Amino acid sequence: MTGPHLVRCPVVADALLARVGSDGHGAAALFLGTVRDRNLGRPVTGIEYSAYEPMAEREMARIVEEARDAFGVTAVALEHRLGTLAVGEVSVGVAVGHAHRAPALDAVRFVIEELKRRVPIWKREHYVDGTREWVDPTR
Amino acid sequence: MSASALEIDVLLFASFAEAFGSDRVRLSLPADATVATVIAGVQAASRALSDAPPLPATVRVAVNQAIAAPEQRVRAGDEVAIIPPVAGG
Repeated sequence: MTGPHLVRCPVVADALLARVGSDGHGAAALFLGTVRDRNLGRPVTGIEYSAYEPMAEREMARIVEEARDAFGVTAVALEHRLGTLAVGEVSVGVAVGHAHRAPALDAVRFVIEELKRRVPIWKREHYVDGTREWVDPTR
Repeated sequence: MSASALEIDVLLFASFAEAFGSDRVRLSLPADATVATVIAGVQAASRALSDAPPLPATVRVAVNQAIAAPEQRVRAGDEVAIIPPVAGG
């Protein structure tokens, strides 16, 4: 299976699911993060994502390994998009296949939460009024 | 500060890259420099920038693509990067 990736083309749910499918699986769980039309009440037109790319891909691979160790999942697909995305576009996708639903669902939650917590990816929101701001979740 | 013994190009991203207008800044550091020294050096350099937007007060540093503790030593040849608060997803 290919490792987790940063991509500059659309994240496609069917492609992620195809990568984790198996006849031995009874479950495929999927999370998609999408660009919301407002943040803290301010109307947003799009989000620009950038990353410390080599470190981000290494950290994403570590998270997938940790999910394998914690939940016994071996079929994990993870992609995060970079560049400027419009409202409604998919910024991140996680798919996990497993024989049973509980490990698949738990692993999806784990992977997205860890990605948001520690992978060096940044976003700058573009607002309807033409201004732009870096998002700082710690502020 | 003791005589500079270590020249390090610190990689910058997001708000820091925008503020500096560059994806890196060169710091002259003492030979016994640590991650904390790097953070202080970049923050001092950022204060010298004119009309830059405010930068996050709390940043971390990655050394060779792994988050490093403040007391970790920085050595010539290390890949050193300022990691502002992350916001993927």
